Amino acid sequence: MEMPAPDHRIISRRRQIARSLRRLVPADAVIDRAAELSAYESDGFTAYRQKPLITVLPVDRDEVAAVLRYCADEGIKIVPRGAGTSLSGGALPLADGITLGLARLNRITDIDYPNRAVTCGPGVTNLAISTAVSSRGYYYAPDPSSQVACTIGGNVAENAGGVHCLKYGLTTNNLLGLELVMMGGEVVRLGGKQFDAAGLDLLGAMTGSEGLLAIVTEVTVRILKTPARAVAFLAGFDSVENAARCVGEVIAAGIIPAAMEMMDGPAIRAAEAFVGAGYPTEAEALLIIEADGPEVEVAAATARIELIARRAGATTFRVSGSEAERLAFWAGRKSAFPAVGRLAPDYYCMDGTIPRASLPLVLTRITELSREYGLAVANVFHAGDGNLHPLILYDANKDGELRRAEAFGTDILRLCVEVGGVLTGEHGVGVEKRDLMAEVFTEDDLKHQQRLKCAFDPDGLLNPGKVFPTLHRCAELGRLHVHRGQVPHPELERF
Amino acid sequence: MDRLIEPADEDGLRTAIADAVADKRTLAVSGQGTKAGLGRPVEAQARLSVARLSGIVHYAPDELVMEAGAATPMAEIEAALDECGQQLAFEPPDLGPLYGQPPGGGTIGGVIACNLSGSRRPFAGAARDHVLGIRAVSGRGEVFASGGRVVKNVTGYDMSKLLTGSYGTLAVLSLVTFKVAPRPEATRTVLLFGETPADAAATMEGAVDGPSDISAAAYLPQKAAARSGLDDVARAGGPVTALRLEGSREGVAERTVALRAALATSGETEELHGRRSRVFWAEAGSGVLLPKAGEGGDMVWRLSLPPAQGIAGGGMIQQALGGEVSFDWAGGLVWCAPAPAENPEAVDGGAEKLRRIVIEHGGHATLVRAPEAVRRRVPVFQPEGGALAALTRRVKENFDPRGVLNPGRMFEGL
Ligand SMILES: Cc1cc2nc3c(=O)[nH]c(=O)nc-3n(C[C@H](O)[C@H](O)[C@H](O)COP(=O)(O)OP(=O)(O)OC[C@H]3O[C@@H](n4cnc5c(N)ncnc54)[C@H](O)[C@@H]3O)c2cc1C
Repeated sequence: MEMPAPDHRIISRRRQIARSLRRLVPADAVIDRAAELSAYESDGFTAYRQKPLITVLPVDRDEVAAVLRYCADEGIKIVPRGAGTSLSGGALPLADGITLGLARLNRITDIDYPNRAVTCGPGVTNLAISTAVSSRGYYYAPDPSSQVACTIGGNVAENAGGVHCLKYGLTTNNLLGLELVMMGGEVVRLGGKQFDAAGLDLLGAMTGSEGLLAIVTEVTVRILKTPARAVAFLAGFDSVENAARCVGEVIAAGIIPAAMEMMDGPAIRAAEAFVGAGYPTEAEALLIIEADGPEVEVAAATARIELIARRAGATTFRVSGSEAERLAFWAGRKSAFPAVGRLAPDYYCMDGTIPRASLPLVLTRITELSREYGLAVANVFHAGDGNLHPLILYDANKDGELRRAEAFGTDILRLCVEVGGVLTGEHGVGVEKRDLMAEVFTEDDLKHQQRLKCAFDPDGLLNPGKVFPTLHRCAELGRLHVHRGQVPHPELERF
Repeated sequence: MDRLIEPADEDGLRTAIADAVADKRTLAVSGQGTKAGLGRPVEAQARLSVARLSGIVHYAPDELVMEAGAATPMAEIEAALDECGQQLAFEPPDLGPLYGQPPGGGTIGGVIACNLSGSRRPFAGAARDHVLGIRAVSGRGEVFASGGRVVKNVTGYDMSKLLTGSYGTLAVLSLVTFKVAPRPEATRTVLLFGETPADAAATMEGAVDGPSDISAAAYLPQKAAARSGLDDVARAGGPVTALRLEGSREGVAERTVALRAALATSGETEELHGRRSRVFWAEAGSGVLLPKAGEGGDMVWRLSLPPAQGIAGGGMIQQALGGEVSFDWAGGLVWCAPAPAENPEAVDGGAEKLRRIVIEHGGHATLVRAPEAVRRRVPVFQPEGGALAALTRRVKENFDPRGVLNPGRMFEGL
């Protein structure tokens, strides 16, 4: 994987650049000592590391704007960073780029209960939003497993999801407004507290743009009232096929549960050993399903889901009898990554999405690939929306294992695309899946995406090297190739 | 502008746009043309109709996904969904009647290009939240695709959202893929009669947060209610607050009883079941309860406001400009028909005053119906300024550098 060639003229000016930055932000907000820069050398995608040129930690929008204006003038690249939990290398630094950490913009500035909206800095953690409003019985719906640490700005950049997205949507569906600072320092506000934002849906375009378009300096999200009742079910199966059938049948029956997660045998046993959630360790697949809403609707759903699960061959079926038990059911799922992480020195987490109907086929193929590559794999995933998280176990200290794990991962993603799915459901393309983009998109598809980037960041200074396999210059992308559309079937015209 | 180009397929569409780029010929883009009255009037040298790019290509009820040609009639889509007990959760409103056309028209591409959502919008999301993928031809005469057939997807930028609500000014949709949802087993609407606007605001706010799990909330002042085709509503003789419950048969029955009991101290209640409930929301969601054009409804606005400010904002506008208002989206959507100005040629019909109040209340306004001459003069969409206007312009220039697609439909000179 290659990153854009670093500009040595920039690198050689490091000390002078740091001095200039200290005139724009407090001196302690500019980090340029090698030892301290190590803290920023990778994100959650730890296979790749690079120390940034300098790290800057502004505290407010005006400091962000001042830094960007300076960098735009000087042609210095910027890599935005929230908490650095990205699993695709979205915040991987550049040797000639400034890592702009937004974690200090961490104040909740407005909680508006009548409008069910919270406005805060991008550095506020996902969980902190729910915590801030929980005493009044509200919460913020998207709940990535990393919610204790990851920032809302990072969530916007990656369009983060969580187990409750099946019913409540991803970040993009829960976002009301954004304040952005563009690379030249201009401030743009999108949306607000109303349901529909005005003009082009730039709010939608920003979400999931992986820090390549603009810096998010303020976020307004929608909060929801905690449902009157929530119940979780644990359904064990002796085969992944049966569990997958159950998932399809729940949906086909017209039920959209709040969540519907699956774990395979290795993941079940790892999670049970780690937190003792009460999972059936002899099962080969486990579904964790949640129903929420008014008491009477939850009761109706419970009866129907149990019937469907039993018909699909569930060998065990448990209903959470209390809030504590519901949370315990989830505890195993929520700690599945670290639990699996204990099985091997390293694991590589994949994130493809597939049509639900191809779940059994894809899981069977993954098992075969696991044998071919000689690397174990555990599967933990958002079954309701077909978003897989195969965790490939390897040991980076063993010669060639990282390479093998990556090749295995690539094969899984190709498989996802083959069955009509996509490379990433919620973790983003970053550097990790960048070179696979051509498997999904044509040259023209990618060029149009880059033209959106050109509208925001014509000089390509924001987070270069991520998402796009080839970076075209905006001047080249902007050129209009006038060619008549000669085709065998001429258009029909009427006068 | 009498020349009509009607390509037979996506490649023909690409050709048509590539030729227009080569000839510097501007195009007015349409599906069935039912929403031609929505947006600024387009001055173009030819009409480009995608009407032949029609038909459901893929429908997997178990995957909750449908894919269809952009000009597939809404009626066809709704019939196919109905057969499988499914629906579009964002409840696209039928705006035909607002523009003097018979109901039941329109295409899926039109709904998406205008990002039109109905009464379930605050609870289930907008059209833009349900679009999973698109294929389109940009103003460069090049085909591009984005998204896919799966619900969770962050592979590349969300171009589907960029095109949703862009009124055909960046690219012409050829194929759209969208989420569909199971239709609830039962639907009931509880009507509460005679509330003041302030009380209705409190009722709606309470209901959104309350235990009944409502899926729509509207407030019709007396005059709007009187235009309803439903007797219970039309003969109310006063304003009507409406709350909808959807879910399982037993659940909805029980929740209705509880909701009516909770509302009993606020006034008299009634309930609408099944078909009548559907008729109510079709009316409330599509602006037809406001006066007709020529009868006081020449100018109709759709205001998107923070829901808790909707009733107050609408009230202030009515005070300033007269005319009528009606509320949906639990207060977040205000339909507004200001009293006709004495000399409509000379003035902006109160647009500036209206927009000032809307901005003070944290929202934006779209002029959804007005004579062509007015729409030429008065900005239809909320005017943009500064860095945002420049950004919008750069997006347009990147996708349609020669400005061949729907010139001026959203903003003057764009
Ligand atoms: C154990 C674990 C579990 C996880 N579980 C989930 C999960 O369930 N669901 C899920 O969706 N993800 C999950 N993730 C991935 C990750 O937590 C999310 O992608 C998260 O949104 C990243 O937030 P962050 O603050 O850490 O961003 P970072 O990693 O710092 O950055 C992510 C991207 O956002 C950009 N960025 C950050 N802040 C800004 C800003 N203010 N303006 C512009 N761009 C910005 C960066 O440039 C980068 O491209 C998990 C990660 C881990 C380590």
